[in-house]
Amino acid sequence: MSYPPNYRYTREHEWIRLENDTAAVGITDHAQEQLGDIVYLELPKVGDRFSATQPLGTVESVKAVSDIYSPVTCEVVDVNAELAAHPELLNQDPHGAAWLVKVRLADRAQLDGLLSAEQYEAYIAEEAVKSDK
Amino acid sequence: MKKARPHVNQNEGLIFEHSSPGKRAWQLPPLDVPEVDPAAALGGDHIRESIGGFPEVSEVEVVRHFTRLSTWNYGVDTGLYPLGSCTMKYNPKVNEVVARLEGIAGVHPYQPDALAQGCLKILRLLSGCLLEITGMEAITLQPAAGAHGELTGILLVRAYLESRGNPRRKILIPDSAHGTNPATAAIAGYQVENIRSNALGTVDLDVLRRAVTEEVAALMITNPNTLGIFEENIGAIAEILHARGAQLYMDGANMNALVGMVRPGDAGVDVMHLNLHKTFSTPHGGGGPGAGPVGVKKHLEPFLPVPVLEKGAGGRLRLIHHRPQAIGRVRAFTGNFGVLVRALAYILACGGNGLKAATQDAVLNANYIRKGLEDVYDLPYKQPSLHECVFSDRLQAGHGVRTGDIAKRLIDYGFHPYTVSFPLIVHGALMIEPTESESKEELDLFIEAMREIAREAEQEPQTVLAAPHTTRVGRLDEVTAARRPILRWQEPIAE
Repeated sequence: MSYPPNYRYTREHEWIRLENDTAAVGITDHAQEQLGDIVYLELPKVGDRFSATQPLGTVESVKAVSDIYSPVTCEVVDVNAELAAHPELLNQDPHGAAWLVKVRLADRAQLDGLLSAEQYEAYIAEEAVKSDK
Repeated sequence: MKKARPHVNQNEGLIFEHSSPGKRAWQLPPLDVPEVDPAAALGGDHIRESIGGFPEVSEVEVVRHFTRLSTWNYGVDTGLYPLGSCTMKYNPKVNEVVARLEGIAGVHPYQPDALAQGCLKILRLLSGCLLEITGMEAITLQPAAGAHGELTGILLVRAYLESRGNPRRKILIPDSAHGTNPATAAIAGYQVENIRSNALGTVDLDVLRRAVTEEVAALMITNPNTLGIFEENIGAIAEILHARGAQLYMDGANMNALVGMVRPGDAGVDVMHLNLHKTFSTPHGGGGPGAGPVGVKKHLEPFLPVPVLEKGAGGRLRLIHHRPQAIGRVRAFTGNFGVLVRALAYILACGGNGLKAATQDAVLNANYIRKGLEDVYDLPYKQPSLHECVFSDRLQAGHGVRTGDIAKRLIDYGFHPYTVSFPLIVHGALMIEPTESESKEELDLFIEAMREIAREAEQEPQTVLAAPHTTRVGRLDEVTAARRPILRWQEPIAE
């Protein structure tokens, strides 16, 4: 699966996509592949506030439980209700239908500190080499 | 397969499915007091005519039901149970004998202190033993499990820091930690910050130095860590934290590698928990409740949960329920007393030299397995192993075989699987902890089985991928079970 060039990415494997006033946040294809079959999600409530790199939820697969970190300082304005009943969407369409939350950004400039698609792909390739050595 | 061969065992439904109306497994003597109408005594609203779906079976059916189920089980009394990080050691039967002694089994928690001096003495003696083993200065025996001990310990840290004016905001946790550590910190109201391990698999002192600020309440460290590697710099780690007013918490889950050899208290640890159901041979999980005593240094003692045991005038032991700075209660009464008794029985039966020998044997056994398997399984961290060794599935992954597949195949060979996919810093981890309980013969059988599976993974991967082959059920659909669990039996609708 390719990494959309208009998204920004974190080293903790989240993505963020700007949409007018707000932004959608999700986990990357690489993240879902590493986790395996996702069975449960814990997401924040509308109105919750997070600072950048703070955990905003958790994702649980058959293999592991992992925190989801907020890529930016933000307030949650919408939560993807579909995922509670269909966590498998995260495995099927991580960059699209399986967005987790929509947020209002405190400071758009924080996006500049995140990775581009190209940088993210280089990062996961480098990680794979490290774990293979 | 030297250890296992298929044998007949019987199918068994749920107890509900054996039910037929009117069957009984009991008989009451004739009533020798006046009969009371329960509806009149309790009020009609509180009475029901029947309990829907309640199983009605005879005595022999109940006995056979549970006996048949027990034959499907695998326990530490069946064979090696190498679940890494769990210390599934043999639970000596003498523990059970002692716990069943009349004066111990029959004591009531509301019995006045004056009439329970023997039991209080047991608690005091156990406290003394655990303090000597850990090098700590005060202890609570109340917490009912390891994670419960962690929470108690971090609440003690919070109470102590609050008493000094600022509880602080963050808890640091190495990436090799047990998953319960971050959960504990979060429940105690702290933010969690991960500390990356260095290439040796231990805490990086430079990374730690940068991370420890005035915001940090404590570091939670497991020693030896989940890679089975001893954190040699534990003393320096304590100094770095103490210099900034932070506390050092030690997760004692892996104490089976240290008892009689190293005392965490001597290394600068401020607060730690023990898992009596791991290190001190009391039953695990479904086999009975656990116990997670928390040892502390003097400065944390005023905050220990109540009641606290004290020796009063004339050597009388008593429980003190009111202490102004205590964090409160964390468990009813004095904790899981029956478990504490078993741990004390084990400690006294082993004695100091015996406990030390157990530690040495646990480390020896883990290294024997490491040596026996390191040419066929990848060993990502090469530092000396203590009580467990962690391999990865890198060599097998090339044939499509992953750690979970190897574990399933191991069941066919007659062993309980090792811990799969943990610790998370090893991709595709196989975490193996044999404990001191195993003989060389049992370890050889295990090594032989693991080597045979490595060969299968290379030459006939399908055998491993489709395992287990000889069990009552094959591969379970774990994904559907987790996504759409059916958690209770429902009575079939009558046709």
